[in-house]
Amino acid sequence: MIKISNLHASINGKEILKGLNLEVKAGEIHAIMGPNGAGKSTLASVLAGREEYEITEGSVDFDGQDLLELSTEDRAREGLFLAFQYPIEIPGVSNINFLRTSLNEIRDYKGEEQISAKDFLAKVKEKSALVELDSKLASRSVNEGFSGGEKKRNEIFQMAMLEPKLAILDETDSGLDIDALRIVANGVNKLKSDKNATIVITHYQRLLDYIIPDFVHVLYDGRIVKSGTKELALELEEKGYDWIKAEVEAH
Amino acid sequence: MNDTIQVNKLNAFIDQLTKTDLPFSKDIIAISDATIASNDFPTTRTEAWKYTRVGKISSIHGNDSELIIDKISDSHIIDANALTFVFENGELIQQFSNKEIPKGLDIKSISQASETELALIGKNVKLEKEVFNSLNTSYATDGIFVKIDDKIQLEQTIQIIHIVTGENTISNMRNLIQIGRFSEAKIIFGYFSSEATSSFTNVVTEIFVSENAKLTADKIQYESAGNFHVSTEQVAQEKNSNFSINTITLNGTLVRNNLNIEIDGSNCETHLNGVYLLKENQHVDNHTIVDHKAPHCESHELYKGVIDDKATAVFNGKVFVRKDSQKINAFQSNANVLLSDDASVNSKPELEIYADDVKCSHGSTTGQLNEEAVFYLRARGISKKSARHLMVSAFIEDVISKIKNEEVTNFTHSIIKEQFGWEF
Ligand SMILES: Nc1ncnc2c1ncn2[C@@H]1O[C@H](COP(=O)(O)OP(=O)(O)O)[C@@H](O)[C@H]1O
Ligand SMILES: [Mg+2]
Repeated sequence: MIKISNLHASINGKEILKGLNLEVKAGEIHAIMGPNGAGKSTLASVLAGREEYEITEGSVDFDGQDLLELSTEDRAREGLFLAFQYPIEIPGVSNINFLRTSLNEIRDYKGEEQISAKDFLAKVKEKSALVELDSKLASRSVNEGFSGGEKKRNEIFQMAMLEPKLAILDETDSGLDIDALRIVANGVNKLKSDKNATIVITHYQRLLDYIIPDFVHVLYDGRIVKSGTKELALELEEKGYDWIKAEVEAH
Repeated sequence: MNDTIQVNKLNAFIDQLTKTDLPFSKDIIAISDATIASNDFPTTRTEAWKYTRVGKISSIHGNDSELIIDKISDSHIIDANALTFVFENGELIQQFSNKEIPKGLDIKSISQASETELALIGKNVKLEKEVFNSLNTSYATDGIFVKIDDKIQLEQTIQIIHIVTGENTISNMRNLIQIGRFSEAKIIFGYFSSEATSSFTNVVTEIFVSENAKLTADKIQYESAGNFHVSTEQVAQEKNSNFSINTITLNGTLVRNNLNIEIDGSNCETHLNGVYLLKENQHVDNHTIVDHKAPHCESHELYKGVIDDKATAVFNGKVFVRKDSQKINAFQSNANVLLSDDASVNSKPELEIYADDVKCSHGSTTGQLNEEAVFYLRARGISKKSARHLMVSAFIEDVISKIKNEEVTNFTHSIIKEQFGWEF
C-alpha cells in the first residue's frame, strides 16, 4: 500500500525526518509511537502534502504512484486520509456542504457520477451513527465550537464518509476520555478491511488496547529506530523511551 | 520658484452638460451652481477622497449618446415580479416601465412631478463643497419619484433599474423616495451597463422614512469594468421607523457610495449591510454616516469585502451619537479578505459619541484567507480553487443572508458565480 524509503524532510532549514523507512501493506494496522518532538506529526504532514516541508531525499510509493509528486487534494482523492491532531475550525463552511463537495470532487477525479442528495444524506446518517456524532453537529460549521472530543469524532466521521485506502490517525486519542476513546476505536475497527490500512500515531499504549496493531514502530529523532509487535507498545509503556534513546546512542 | 497654473477641470466638465430643466427650487439650484463655480473635483488632499482618485471621471468628455436599449435582458432584471422602472443614461424608458400602479402609491419619473411635489429635493443632501451632489442637482436629467401614502403595506417590491450605455456617457440621476406613516415597502436599485465604456453615472437618492414606517432597500451595482459610478443615498428617519439597506457591489472600475443616514426621531432601527467583491484594477469606496440625533435607537452596520488582484477598497464608516441621544445601541463592523498580495484596503471605522448612556462598538479586520483551513479542505480531496471558494462564500454569506428578498439573493448568487466562479 505505502512504502516510505529513506525519507528526509526539513522545515525552515531544520531537518526533522532523517531517513525514515516504513512499509504498510493492505489489511494491516501499524502503530507509530515516540516521544514528543520525534517527528510523528511531521511524517503525517509530509504524507498529506503540507507544502511548508521540504523533502530533501527519499521516496514514497503509494499503490504504485509517486506520492510526493501529487498535490494534497490528489493524495486524498487517491485514498490517503489524515485525521489531524489539531482539527481546525472553519466558521461559515458547513460540515455537510464541505463533505458533499469533498465526496463529489473525489468522485469526479475517479470519473464517477455525483452522489445524489438522497444517498448523501443516508450516508451521513449511517456514518455519523458509527461514531455517535450528533447529527446536529454534521450541519454546523466545520469544527466550530466543537469540544475536543467532538472534533476527533468528526475526523473519524469524515474518514467513514470518504472510505480511504490508507488512514493516518495523528494522536486521535489525545484529549479523549475513555468513552470517547472506545467510540473512536470502534469506528476505526468497523471501517477496517483487508483492502485498506491504518497508521495510528499515538504516544499512549492505551489506544492500542482498542485498536490492535499488527506492528508497532518507535519513531525517534526522525527515524524508525525499532519495530515489533503489540508487545513492544506494552514494553514502552512500562519502561518509557529512555532505553530506546540509550540503544540509539550506543550505535 | 514655479507658479503652477490651476486648471479647473470642473469648468471644462460642465461645458458638455445641459442644465437641468427639472422643477427644483431655485435656492437649491443656486447653491449647487455656486459650489460648482467655486470648487474643482476633489483630490486626494480632500479628506473624504483621500484614497479615491476621480481624475478619470473629470477627464471624461461626453457626447450626447443616443439611447440604444430596445429590449431589456433578464440580466438587468433582479426581481421579475417587481413593479419595475427602467432608466437608460438618466432617462426613463417608458416601454420597459410598469403602468399599473397599486393604490396608495404615486410613482413616476421626476420630470413628471410638480415643483411642490419636489419640495424635498435638496432638503437634506449636502451641496456646499459637495461637487458630485451639486453636479447631480444642477445637471439632473431625470430619476424616479416615489411617494407612498400613510398606512400602505406595499406587497409588490419596487424595482428601479439604471442602465448606462455608450461611450463617455454622463448620467445624472436624481431620485426622491418618500414613505408615509405606518407604511411598509421594499425597493430595489439596480445599476447596470450595456455596451458602455468610460461612462460616468452620478446618482443622488433622497429617502424620507416617516413615523412608524418601514423601508427596505437592496442596491446592486454591476456596471461593467471601464465605467465609473458615484452615488449618494441621503436618508432621514422619523421616530419609530425602520430602515434597512443592503449595498452589493460586484463590478465597475470605480465605485463610490455615500450612504448618509440621519436618525431624527427616537425608537428607530437602522441596518446597513454591504458586500463588495473586487478584482483586477477595481476600486470601491464605501463612505457611510449614521447620525444618531435622537435617543433610544439602534443601528447595525456590517460591511464585508473580498479583494483580489490589484483591486483596492475603502471603507469609512462614521457613527455619531449626539449629546442628548441616550440609550443608543450602535454597532459597526467591517471585515476584509485579501486574496492577492497586491490587493489592499483602507478601512476606517469611526465613532463619535457625545452622549454617556450608550452601547457602541466598532471593529475592522483585514486578513488573508486562513491557509490552514484551505489545507484542511484540500486534505479532504477538495481542489485549492474550490477550497478558497468555499471559504470566501462562507465569509460573505452572513451579509448576503441579511437580504430578505429571495429574488435578490438568487440574483446576487448568480452574478457572483458568473463574475468570480464562487458557488453557494
Ligand atoms: N515550523 C517549524 N519550524 C521549525 N521546527 C518545527 C516546526 N514545526 C515543528 N518543528 C519541530 O519539528 C520537530 C518534530 O515535531 P512534530 O513532528 O510535531 O513531533 P511529534 O508529533 O512527534 O511530537 C519538533 O522538534 C518541532 O519543534
Ligand atoms: Mg504530534
